[in-house]
Amino acid sequence: MRSSMSRLWLAVAALVCLFSVMGHSAHAQTIPGSARLQPASLAAMIHSGHPPMVLQVGSHTLYEEAHIPAAIYAGPASTPEGLQLLRQTVATLDKNTPIIIYCGCCPWTHCPNIRPAFQELHRLGFMHVKALYLAHNFGTDWIQAGYPVTHGDTK
Amino acid sequence: MKALTLLAALLLLPLAPNAAQAQQLAHSLNGHPAPRFQLKGFNGQPVSLAAYKGKVVLLNFWASWCAPCQAEMPTFEQWQHSYGSAKLQVIGVSMDDGAAQAAAAVKKLHVTYPVAVGNAHLGNLYGGIEGLPVTFLIDRQGRVRAEYAGGNHLKAIQAEIDHLLTR
Repeated sequence: MRSSMSRLWLAVAALVCLFSVMGHSAHAQTIPGSARLQPASLAAMIHSGHPPMVLQVGSHTLYEEAHIPAAIYAGPASTPEGLQLLRQTVATLDKNTPIIIYCGCCPWTHCPNIRPAFQELHRLGFMHVKALYLAHNFGTDWIQAGYPVTHGDTK
Repeated sequence: MKALTLLAALLLLPLAPNAAQAQQLAHSLNGHPAPRFQLKGFNGQPVSLAAYKGKVVLLNFWASWCAPCQAEMPTFEQWQHSYGSAKLQVIGVSMDDGAAQAAAAVKKLHVTYPVAVGNAHLGNLYGGIEGLPVTFLIDRQGRVRAEYAGGNHLKAIQAEIDHLLTR
């Protein structure tokens, strides 16, 4: 009986942990799957000779280390200053312009920048915004996968 | 009851770090002298890798906006005290764009080991810090012996520290 109760508590605790983590992950899940772009798809677009507008919405230090060629630094969207820079960056763009945003500072579920940037661009009326899905981070999912990068501060 | 327990275990399985993540990364720096650097620490004192030769160094790249980073920093602080500064030196290098947010995080987390703000050049010297946290272990001779990318590696890091301290 006592053993059964222990197992019951273990199971309940496990489920509580699960739901807690699911709630945390919900931050990233607010970007719908249809708005996520896989790295291979973006790489193909870049190779096609018609690269889309790509905005890096994370840390400038990481951008300076390495970034997607032609990507524009648009500020860490988790901060008011970053959002302001994002607004300035897209101020003159047509609202139909396809925009791809990425960060990759941390695992997707922990990224503080990608969701605010996505939401802000939608709030501004941009109709074709996609977020590059970097499950682990930019290094693992883009650089180590062999996709093109450039270095330095070209903001 | 067994079924419920099994179900819970299966549901939790995907939350465990996968083998690729948990694996200690083979890195081009491994076995090579750790790139030297000198930065200005938050306490105003220089943070120089060369100053800690003869100790095992845990070099942790982190940022104030990185939740997994901040989850492991209290453990690093604890290790700094439990191993003692004669054996182990923890160094934190923030990859924040500015010092203010990093300094606030250091204060909030009660971190007392040396912390400085890094830069892209230093990141590239260490193979490119594109994603945080990243932790390097450097042996007493100043050679890089391990690199851990991402969180969830505390047990492995501690085991390697213990191993390096026996060498």
